[in-house]
Amino acid sequence: MTWDVYANVIIGGILTGLVYGLMALGLSVIFGVVRVVNFAHGEMMMVAMYLAVLGCGTWGIDPLWLMVPLAALLFVFGYALQSLVVHPFMTRPDHAQFMLLVAVGMILTNGALIVFGPDARGVQVDYALDSLEWGPLLIDKVRLYAALAALAVAAALFAFFRLSATGKAIRACADNYRGALVVGLDVRRLFALTFGCGTACVGAAGAMLVLLGDVTPSLGPAYTLLAFVIVIVGGLGSMAGALVAGVLIGVSEALAGLILVPSMKSMVSFGLLILVLMFRPQGLLGRSS
Amino acid sequence: MNRLFGALPARARAALLVVFVLLLAAPWIAGPYLLSVLVLALYYAYVGQAWNVMMGFAGQLSLGHALYVGLGAYVSAALYVHGGIGPWLGAPIAAAVAALAGAAIGFLAFRFGIGGVYFALLTIAFAEFTRIGFEHIDWLGGAGGLFLPVVERGRLDIVDLRGGPRLFYYLLLALAVGSLLLCRTLRTSRIGFYWLAIREDPDAARALGIDLFKYRVLAAAISAAMASVAGVVAAFYYNSLTPADSFGAAKSIEIILGPLVGGLGTLIGPILGAFVLTGLSEGLRALLDATGHQMPGATQLFYGIVLLLVIKYLPNGIWPGLARRLGLVERER
Repeated sequence: MTWDVYANVIIGGILTGLVYGLMALGLSVIFGVVRVVNFAHGEMMMVAMYLAVLGCGTWGIDPLWLMVPLAALLFVFGYALQSLVVHPFMTRPDHAQFMLLVAVGMILTNGALIVFGPDARGVQVDYALDSLEWGPLLIDKVRLYAALAALAVAAALFAFFRLSATGKAIRACADNYRGALVVGLDVRRLFALTFGCGTACVGAAGAMLVLLGDVTPSLGPAYTLLAFVIVIVGGLGSMAGALVAGVLIGVSEALAGLILVPSMKSMVSFGLLILVLMFRPQGLLGRSS
Repeated sequence: MNRLFGALPARARAALLVVFVLLLAAPWIAGPYLLSVLVLALYYAYVGQAWNVMMGFAGQLSLGHALYVGLGAYVSAALYVHGGIGPWLGAPIAAAVAALAGAAIGFLAFRFGIGGVYFALLTIAFAEFTRIGFEHIDWLGGAGGLFLPVVERGRLDIVDLRGGPRLFYYLLLALAVGSLLLCRTLRTSRIGFYWLAIREDPDAARALGIDLFKYRVLAAAISAAMASVAGVVAAFYYNSLTPADSFGAAKSIEIILGPLVGGLGTLIGPILGAFVLTGLSEGLRALLDATGHQMPGATQLFYGIVLLLVIKYLPNGIWPGLARRLGLVERER
């Protein structure tokens, strides 16, 4: 009797975790190449979630379709942010870069608070409560669609970095910054492209997450922290690690919600983060430096 | 005293004296609103000074300093509410607890060679972990918060720190001045120079035989102990504390804004930054109130914009440039 409860919770955790993983993937890609930690990551996703809610409410478009324009919009935002604001900070000390992005995050969170107000907003889709039955297992359609979409975006990003000439050039910048300059790569443009790809992940993930829960301005910092946890656990800069750790965190939070109190679930994530930082600081799938 | 201020030019000493006398007299001139703003500014000046020891002096970026402030607040408040132990005894206990916590986190991080961004994230993780943990401790009021018994207004009870804003103003002024003197002493003593060496070039410092681990842990412990005392004062001033307000990430950011804006690693920077930021944000609030606008996020939005501009255009903060212009720079020694 009880095992199917656990199985259902674990499946839900895996599906949610894939969406988390996509969000964290964006952070990981940015850090892996640009070596800048995007302290405004969750805040950008919160803005994407609001845009998805607005798009869905105004034109009645399914958020899963909004994924494409939102990813494009956040790509442009990330590209502009990197090339105009962050790039002049590339030679500055780490803490100056952190604080710059912390400032961007504060502006986004409180801008959203002023524009949208503190109340939670959500979307309604007609398949919201549908689920697929498979024996004793119940799979939420929303979660399944969101997870499949997350996998598709992640696969597209993998392919871009592995196969396309631009993707290879970006990886060259990440591997050897000076070498990339020597062979004449336009590092500034490639960094901006990478930052754009990272924020595009966030745009797509935001469109999916509005299906799974409501959005408030205060979600921004919370999701930034969640993305940090996932990326550190998986290994900063590792793309596969972000997805694997996303699933791990999704499942452990879902199980913690079942076994402990739901409000304690993020304590499990932070505990996991502290353990990983102590004993395997390069992350589960990260390369040790 | 001579060792502390001997190297300052005469006009700098005069300026310090004038500012100090003004601050001493302020509660008798200022109205209740201005006094509450000054209390806030002194609070951020003191807690910024505490953070500055760790980041500005020793170069370790902590983004979770709310942890120590919150621990100080909770330890002293719990001792008072549950044990009847007053704040004068509670504060040293709270400082000891916070110093232990700071040393423990420092020990774990520096022993395992965690630095840079990983250290910053670790400090956030510990603060968040503690916040969620405290929300589930019923003995400490859980998520709803812990409340100190409020006494009638106007009564002055220094033993239990029950009193009006003037009491807290002078308490915080004493703390701010005390921390300034302490930091000045630290800065000009052996440990301060070791920290400077570690901050500027850890490898070179190690090559000179400086025990990096020991002095980093020391910086974390001293900074944490100082920060916790701010928490004690805040707990008795506001009479209520919640885990979200005490340990939240937003609190940690507010703590570090003053030193960053004023001038990281300088002694006057945290104080100047706290007064500038508090003054500007209160001015903004007054302006919004006067024009009849209610904007919940306006102050934080403003902090974000100020932070962005300062980081971009004044990477060393306001104080270094201002000090040079006013001719208040120390003589070379």
